[in-house]
Amino acid sequence: MKVSNSYVGRPMERVEDLRMVRGRGTYVADVNRPDQLYAVILRSSVAHGTIRSIDFTRALELPGVRHVLTAGGLGDFVPRIPVRLQSLPELEPFHQPVLADRKVRYVGEPVAVVIADTAAIAEDALEHIVLDIETLPAVAGREQAETEPSLLFEGHGSNTAITWRACLGDADAAFKSADYVRRERFKVQRHTAMFMEPRGFVAEWNAVAGEMTVWGTAKTAFYNRRVLAAALGLDEHAVKLVEVDVGGGFGSRGEFYPEDYLIPAAAMIARRPVKWTEDRREHMMSANHSRDIECDVEIAVSRDGRFLGLRGQIWADIGAYLRTNGSVGPRNVAQCMSGPYCFESVDLRSSMLVTNKTPTGSYRGPGRFEADFARERLIDIVARDLEMDRLELRRRNLVADSQMPYPLPTVTPFESTNELDSGDYHAVFDRCLAEFKWEDRSKLRGRLIDGYYHGLGIGSFIEGGAAGPKEDARLVLETDGSLSVYLGSSAIGQGLETIMSQIAADAMEVPFERITINHGSTDHVKDGYGSYHSRSTVMGGSSILLAAEKLKELIRETAAKRFNCSPADVSIDGEKVSHAGNHLTFSNLSDIPLEVEASFFNSKHTWAYGTQAAYVAVDPGTGHVKVIDYLSVEDVGRMINPLTLHGQAIGSIVQGLGGTFLEHLVYDSEGQLLTGSFADYLLPTASDFPNIRSITLELKRCPNNPLGAKGAGEGGIIPVAGVIGNAVADALFHLNVQPNELPLSPPRLWQLIEEARQ
Amino acid sequence: MKPPSFAYASPSTLAEAVNLLASGNGNAKVISGGQSLMPMLAFRLAAPDLLVDLKHLKDLGTITIGDDGVRLGAKVRWCDIENDRRLVRSHPLLAEAIKHVAHYQVRNRGTIGGSLAHADPSAEMPGVALTCDGEMTIVGSGGTRVEKASSFFTGPLQTSLEPDEIVTELHLPAWPATRRWAFREFARRKGDFAMAGVLLFYDLDHRNCAVDAHIGAIGIADCPIRLSAAEAALNGNAVTEDCIAAVAAAAKESIDPPSDIHAPGAYRRALLGTLLARGLQHSIS
Repeated sequence: MKVSNSYVGRPMERVEDLRMVRGRGTYVADVNRPDQLYAVILRSSVAHGTIRSIDFTRALELPGVRHVLTAGGLGDFVPRIPVRLQSLPELEPFHQPVLADRKVRYVGEPVAVVIADTAAIAEDALEHIVLDIETLPAVAGREQAETEPSLLFEGHGSNTAITWRACLGDADAAFKSADYVRRERFKVQRHTAMFMEPRGFVAEWNAVAGEMTVWGTAKTAFYNRRVLAAALGLDEHAVKLVEVDVGGGFGSRGEFYPEDYLIPAAAMIARRPVKWTEDRREHMMSANHSRDIECDVEIAVSRDGRFLGLRGQIWADIGAYLRTNGSVGPRNVAQCMSGPYCFESVDLRSSMLVTNKTPTGSYRGPGRFEADFARERLIDIVARDLEMDRLELRRRNLVADSQMPYPLPTVTPFESTNELDSGDYHAVFDRCLAEFKWEDRSKLRGRLIDGYYHGLGIGSFIEGGAAGPKEDARLVLETDGSLSVYLGSSAIGQGLETIMSQIAADAMEVPFERITINHGSTDHVKDGYGSYHSRSTVMGGSSILLAAEKLKELIRETAAKRFNCSPADVSIDGEKVSHAGNHLTFSNLSDIPLEVEASFFNSKHTWAYGTQAAYVAVDPGTGHVKVIDYLSVEDVGRMINPLTLHGQAIGSIVQGLGGTFLEHLVYDSEGQLLTGSFADYLLPTASDFPNIRSITLELKRCPNNPLGAKGAGEGGIIPVAGVIGNAVADALFHLNVQPNELPLSPPRLWQLIEEARQ
Repeated sequence: MKPPSFAYASPSTLAEAVNLLASGNGNAKVISGGQSLMPMLAFRLAAPDLLVDLKHLKDLGTITIGDDGVRLGAKVRWCDIENDRRLVRSHPLLAEAIKHVAHYQVRNRGTIGGSLAHADPSAEMPGVALTCDGEMTIVGSGGTRVEKASSFFTGPLQTSLEPDEIVTELHLPAWPATRRWAFREFARRKGDFAMAGVLLFYDLDHRNCAVDAHIGAIGIADCPIRLSAAEAALNGNAVTEDCIAAVAAAAKESIDPPSDIHAPGAYRRALLGTLLARGLQHSIS
């Protein structure tokens, strides 16, 4: 049957869902191996200190306890986790050891691993380990990092790991000649991804074959395999990482963490399979934190409202170590702060500070959420000062279609240039206003109705995606005529199987049901890069397109031999090949599977973009903000599946609202984490923000990939804090309340209102 | 997050349950819905040697409404109160307050006995018991005793219960149909522990002035408290805008709420004043 171009663009229901909702998913906690033991990790309860001794003799005496692993037991050298993105030699001192090595640097840092017959016994054993730590003064935030004589890494001489710089044009000149300059400080609190299923691993060591198998990998299996093989002293091909179902990623799950090494190492030592399942408290202190950015930025504007310059200093509190993708957020803040606007000049420095807190990494929209909060708030403040309409001010500065491709600031070191690829930013901006009925609703701005002040907010954003260098796909035409697709991309809940099936079915012009997608695990393709930076659809999908062309070639060649003709004379019509009145179907074409591999290479990011608007009501008595309406309009170039994309957008916005109003990883001045459960770390629930709308457009295709698609998994979250901050400031315009610090919790907003009234 | 090991018993009579508690030397804990105790066990904040499960005990799950008021058996769950339509008339303050307890899943398991014994400073049920002059029936090795809510709650997560005692019933005095009342609380999300909450009722005399004012607060002190200064400011006065402002001011002046990661004390104080004023406003509308 021939099916032409009928799947891409259609709202196909997720093929994953039936399995999941029927309880037939297999998550890592569902994986069990014969003779399996359980690992539990002893984590430091001290934020900063020197380890004097670890005495685990009493723990080993407990019945059922098999082994206790400490840094001392790992030999002369404790493996350090390398940095996956933007790796620089000068950052190596900040790499995390897999177990605390002589010093502990944050509450939650792994100190020992207990391996026992059950997880309960292992947890009991933790209480029998005597850990003697000489406490050092904790560096619990930016101010302490800069002023406290206490150093996390004595050899480095300061708590600033590195300072990135993003530059465009001549900012100093721009500021000298500017008509108007405004400087503000902004703060985005520490919060992070709270995926529904915590992390976990099952590791099995086959001592005879010298092979290690690990279940529970996600996101970047191939990179993690290289790191693990090197750390264990194994050949890469002796290590197999298996991806099972995953309950959410959001940038945090799947990076190489200490446990990625510790559990396989435990299996090697125990010579039995070992299982570890993270609990939520553990997740909150061990998986990557994120955000935690402070900035002091200045904008220069001409009399007629053109953005001349943006400069300033950003501080990123990255916690105790530099994790695999720990530089992404701090660099992005600097590179993306100018966003979708034409700033004639940019000069932003972003310093990464090490502190005695859990290390940080990417969380959906890394650096962009923070940058957009600062920029969009700043634009509204400028509009107020200059008594300009804030819509007009934005229109005057949004990048125009005719200016594409448009350069972003260049970041150094690890120099990276980047440019916005395509887009009609003005059209999307106007569409958002129209759909939102901005003009009608403007009458309500600042009005007090039933005890609530009403206000509107707006903000525009760009969303980077499709990081290179490449992605691999293997296509197999099975002897029964079905198609198996093997991909280097990973499923992290984004509907990968559905989307890739749509792309593959269209490319091969066969029914959707004929496609099987295999992904994530390291034995499917030779290499792979995985799922991050909104890259799977573009990178994995494009590699399928290339592979499909090669497979069609191979099908023609195979059929040509059967038909005794030249391949060029074979026509493919759906699942049928023909030549001169003779036909074969895919299922009787070949006795062996026909197999091809292809890679899609890409050095240019895709840039989806959009505008969001919010209508809020503020209760000055409680500081509560009601989100009455929230709208996102985004152009993604080309939609593969409107249904899954819509879900991504809504979910992303809810996460953004969580980061704006609720979520906060709170530390005290001693570096103790005070939020250890969902009673204290407040996630938005399904009923908290019911009024969210999302419209996706296909105005400008991406010129840099065969699909024409742009990465679109993160966009929703990016401008939310800025948009809400602007709406709240609008509602309280008469008081000149400027919410420049997150979270915008009721007590904080109440405080701002009180201060404004005095 | 595995609880430390403990012994477990599920007796079929109250006497047996009390004996088991008495045999525990202070290290036995009662469990019913488990909505407060289970998390404490999982975090190893509580490590009892013995859990005495009340699930096989009969007769503690009844809501009785009579001339003398409402009697709630200790095993009555939040959802039982929600689903009992009679309570909307017989005790509207109770019915309203319980709507704010946690989330759907918790309301299907959590019990009033558990909430009273756990005595969380932000919990609604202790607030209702205290504000409404509730009385607890308590059974222990020494027999049965009745204790007023006003002396039952002694501090954060602390009550006058002895280790071998079980709360079996809460009695709330009868509720006149004409009574004026209000419940207001404010939490970060619906169902979270309130940063402050207020429960109030009063009756109107022939001059349309408030009498017998009862004003309780949750989430602003170690345990639920009565705001006697605010009650005094309300009693004998017509409930006007000025009166409401005076009552709220008296309440704010009389409290000293603690700070935590969710809200500073100053905010809780102001919030209580706001909620009280709004509650009073509602009570006259």
